[in-house]
Amino acid sequence: MNTIIQVEGLRKIYGETIAVDNISFEVHEGEIFGMVGPNGAGKTTTIECLEGLRKPDQGMIRVLGLDPQQDGHALKECTGMQLQESNLPARMRVWEALDLYASFYPKTANWKKLLVQLGLEEKRNTPFSKLSGGQKQRLFIALALLPEPQLVFLDELTTGLDPQARHTIWDLVRDVRARGKTVVLTTHFMEEAERLCDRIVILDHGNIVALDTPEALVRKLGVEERIVFTVEGTLPPDFEKAISGETWLEIQGDRVTIHGKNSRKVPLVSEVVNLLSVKGIRFHDLRTEQPNLEDVFLSLTGREMRE
Amino acid sequence: MKSFLKMTWMEAKLFLREPANAFFTLLFPLVMLFIFGSIYSNQSAPSIPGASGQGTVETLIPALIAMVIGMTGLMAITMTMASYRENGVLRRLSTTPVSSLFVLVAQVVVVFSMTALGMLLLVIVGKLVYHVRIPGNLLDILGGFILGSLSFFSIGFILAGTMPTTRTAQIVAMLLLYPMLILSGAAWPRELMPATVQKISAFMPLTYVVNLLRGLWIGEPWGNHLLDVGVLLGMLLLGIIISARTFRWE
Repeated sequence: MNTIIQVEGLRKIYGETIAVDNISFEVHEGEIFGMVGPNGAGKTTTIECLEGLRKPDQGMIRVLGLDPQQDGHALKECTGMQLQESNLPARMRVWEALDLYASFYPKTANWKKLLVQLGLEEKRNTPFSKLSGGQKQRLFIALALLPEPQLVFLDELTTGLDPQARHTIWDLVRDVRARGKTVVLTTHFMEEAERLCDRIVILDHGNIVALDTPEALVRKLGVEERIVFTVEGTLPPDFEKAISGETWLEIQGDRVTIHGKNSRKVPLVSEVVNLLSVKGIRFHDLRTEQPNLEDVFLSLTGREMRE
Repeated sequence: MKSFLKMTWMEAKLFLREPANAFFTLLFPLVMLFIFGSIYSNQSAPSIPGASGQGTVETLIPALIAMVIGMTGLMAITMTMASYRENGVLRRLSTTPVSSLFVLVAQVVVVFSMTALGMLLLVIVGKLVYHVRIPGNLLDILGGFILGSLSFFSIGFILAGTMPTTRTAQIVAMLLLYPMLILSGAAWPRELMPATVQKISAFMPLTYVVNLLRGLWIGEPWGNHLLDVGVLLGMLLLGIIISARTFRWE
């Protein structure tokens, strides 16, 4: 697999705060690479160093073989970028934005086709300020795709969008990958990272706390699974002790939740069901909750509020 | 070059789509001209000392041109640049190979052209309706117009660069602009105002634009207006230095 981005020992300090502390990673060609982390973890700083918009204090960065600081101009000609906080002039119309931005690059995609692909055809004469959040983001994706980039940076693409708009955007990002482009994105929706990304780096306090595929992260770090059921009558007091391994029980009325470690010899669910039938306890609505990326994320980064 | 022309054309369209811009640059000065024109017609105005033999409209038009300069420099430049910065328009542009400096230059070109258009309308309407005369040299008048415009644009850039938000930039621009419009002689002749007010107006940059344009209009040599030229050149230089140091892209 070809390496598209190479980062070694990246460090960025703002005054007293170390925003990014000596991190290293690689992004491969054709993947969707996600950066997740709590607010202030260093995601945006990292992505902006890769884009050449911020100057790192230390470390080596190569993006498409270029140094973003030295070769910023060349890099901007062949990458697409969507920024976390940016806008177009309120009265600029959709087609005007595409037409104007297309004139900035030596070689561009046909913006009229992009307009159709991103479902903005009907909005071509709408001023930027009259677009919905999802339409604005689609326009920004269109602008990012204009230079026919090999690499697209998307910073907090779906923040503030409703679920429909978010799913549309996910499909669009998958389309971008299907065209052989590499995508680097940041998000704080774990569901988004889990569904969309091929590999994920979890950042916290400017450090990498984990880097792998979403499945591997959940498999390796998914701390617990849960069995939830509704019991008829009451559970015998010795029920919890009868389950092997480290588990704990939570009872709310007739609703029972059993938390157990994910890595067990006998699956927790079969043991619990077996025990319930041996003891003749009647139950219904039993389901298991597998750990997801959000559980992994919270176990790695803690539950306390950030800023 | 192609992208610069596109950007300039785009900025021109955006300028005209902002109703306040189009109104205050192109329409309002004409309204003022009609109001004063209908009051005085183009009679010689002996009540204005130093303007003897000149029609009122002939003293009024260069003053109204100064008014347009004050409004475009302080309002249009300030508001556009401050909001582009605050809303991340400049940031979005920084992700492209095009230098963000482009949008600054395009802005100056567009606002200057619109100011010139405002001036042209005043002159044409003045000629057609009030048969106004232009005793001065057209190139001199144009030179004074360019100097006045650029020095006022530089104030706009200072405000856009130093004020924390678009809103504060707008308020400060209005606080600077309105007293100047009234007291500097741009809206009506300063000679009609009390002596104290005339002293205050000496501290207002727009006064020097009014003086310079009125003088050049009636054919006075540049030598009579060294103070005006000095003040405006100083403002322009100071403006360039300050805005180069303080302008923030985000």
